[in-house]
Amino acid sequence: MINSSLKTLSQMLAKKEVSSVELTQAFLNRIDTFNPDINAYIALDQDKTLAQAKAADVRIAAGSAAPLTGIPIAQKDIFCANGWKTTCGSKMLANFVAPYDAHVISQFDAAGAVNLGKTNMDEFAMGSSNETSYFGGVKNPWDFTRVPGGSSGGSAAAVAARMCAAATGTDTGGSIRQPASLCGFTGLKPTYGVVSRYGMIAFASSLDQAGPMAKSAEDCALMMNVMAGFDERDSTSLQRDKEDYTRDLNKSLNGLRVGLPKEFFAEGLDASVAKVIEAAIAEYKKLGAEIVEISLPNTGLSIPVYYVLAPAEASSNLSRYDGVRYGHRAAEYTDLMDMYCKSRAEGFGAEVKRRILIGTYVLSAGYYDAYYLKAQQIRRLIAQDFEEAFKHCDVIMGPSAPSTAFKAGEKVDDPVAMYLQDIYTISTNLAGLPGMSIPAGFSNNLPVGLQIIGNYFDEARMLNVAHQYQQVTDWHTRMPELQLPQGTK
Amino acid sequence: MALSIEDIKKIAHLARIEISENDATATLTKLTGILGLIEQMQAVNTEGIVPMSHSQDVVQRLREDVVTKTNQREAFQKAAPLLGNGSIQQAVDSGLYLVPKVIE
Repeated sequence: MINSSLKTLSQMLAKKEVSSVELTQAFLNRIDTFNPDINAYIALDQDKTLAQAKAADVRIAAGSAAPLTGIPIAQKDIFCANGWKTTCGSKMLANFVAPYDAHVISQFDAAGAVNLGKTNMDEFAMGSSNETSYFGGVKNPWDFTRVPGGSSGGSAAAVAARMCAAATGTDTGGSIRQPASLCGFTGLKPTYGVVSRYGMIAFASSLDQAGPMAKSAEDCALMMNVMAGFDERDSTSLQRDKEDYTRDLNKSLNGLRVGLPKEFFAEGLDASVAKVIEAAIAEYKKLGAEIVEISLPNTGLSIPVYYVLAPAEASSNLSRYDGVRYGHRAAEYTDLMDMYCKSRAEGFGAEVKRRILIGTYVLSAGYYDAYYLKAQQIRRLIAQDFEEAFKHCDVIMGPSAPSTAFKAGEKVDDPVAMYLQDIYTISTNLAGLPGMSIPAGFSNNLPVGLQIIGNYFDEARMLNVAHQYQQVTDWHTRMPELQLPQGTK
Repeated sequence: MALSIEDIKKIAHLARIEISENDATATLTKLTGILGLIEQMQAVNTEGIVPMSHSQDVVQRLREDVVTKTNQREAFQKAAPLLGNGSIQQAVDSGLYLVPKVIE
């Protein structure tokens, strides 16, 4: 049951083969067993969760169920959920109980889904290994000595270890796709503006985008049907008609033009990862796809540009944490300035502070043109690279991350090495394009993800492209063999 | 431009983050590395390129000028921090937030 697709679970619920309470309890039991080791969840509230499951059973019995009614979902701890502790992985918000729901949370509530708990993450979503979390790292279910990726590392481990039916994540520079690659499941970052950011704790507002993390493309499509849609409370939410993201899943890929950017296969890509990606491309050829070589010449600049724009926006967004109305306030202080400076010094971790300092520096008087404006100009060049590429292909493919999951502690003292984890994902955030990662095989028993990048609003097509691959391969059904902790029956 | 310890302290003050001498030294090394990465941008000729702040060419929406929010002061003040300096009281009083005295 824990390895079933959302569609199967939904059918089982509809036929009363299982109740939502039973299904939810099965996941809660699994969380009880494995979470103490893996540390994927940082807030659990069985009473709240089971109350939602009971309500879902009533709704199913009344015959008014929606596709995800009764399905247990893990929520990244970046989403405010009324009455739930919402920490964003930070000491700054360690005691913050959200007084309202994020749009994404309201959408799942309205759909009758069950909130299993809040998942661990890099502090304020700043990281690629989940090691910057105030609540400790998360273990990769495929190898407990390795990281799950980040920043959505808790959601990633929860999906991979089948401690939820599906999860939510957010992706500012790769935080859905890189962990999806390192933990071996399907994750989608939609076009910027498709999912409302209301109630989603802000990191870099012009890049942040929420999306689904699930076992398959079909599951992601069902999640997107709940998550996507216009919300007037987010000023960057796009006014578009509601879409059914499952509508194209079964289309043939015959004649699909797949662009391979030569920059994604250059120096820096692990050879064993490249081999897996090449095999996946060969599979697509068998499905009728036509391969086109393309170029995204400014790929290498995406990291420098990102590390100006994202910290600049973060330094502005995180100025709200001043210890006055909510969040951490220092225990000892002399005056207001001292209260601000101590509260922020104590409440933020090292990586968050580094990014605030970079952001403050690049925005400070005399440097704005040389850094921020310059970065925004190159951002346009990066977006134009994609515009040009999409004249020659329908989707772009390549690796999601340069390597498989790395060892915990390996890159923690070298921010620049950590930043390079997102070399293949960041450019789509800068351009505002949708991107996804799907399981494509293994290297030394560690999962490898294939990235699929689409044109603006092409999520349904990307899901189709992923789904067709998942009809002829079984990588997405593989799950790690978890050792029961000692003393467990 | 190379950063100095004094620069780090000045930036930290602008960001309202207290920083010790030791932390400033460690931060200098890390920020210098990151700024080195960022410096790659300077090799690109960007003359005449319009800066891009958003991917979609959309204009700021306006809404009707009507009341849409209700007062939730009590609910919001439940999240107020503790007063600090030995007090376990929340930093609120009569619906207001308490901060150190700023006007003599």
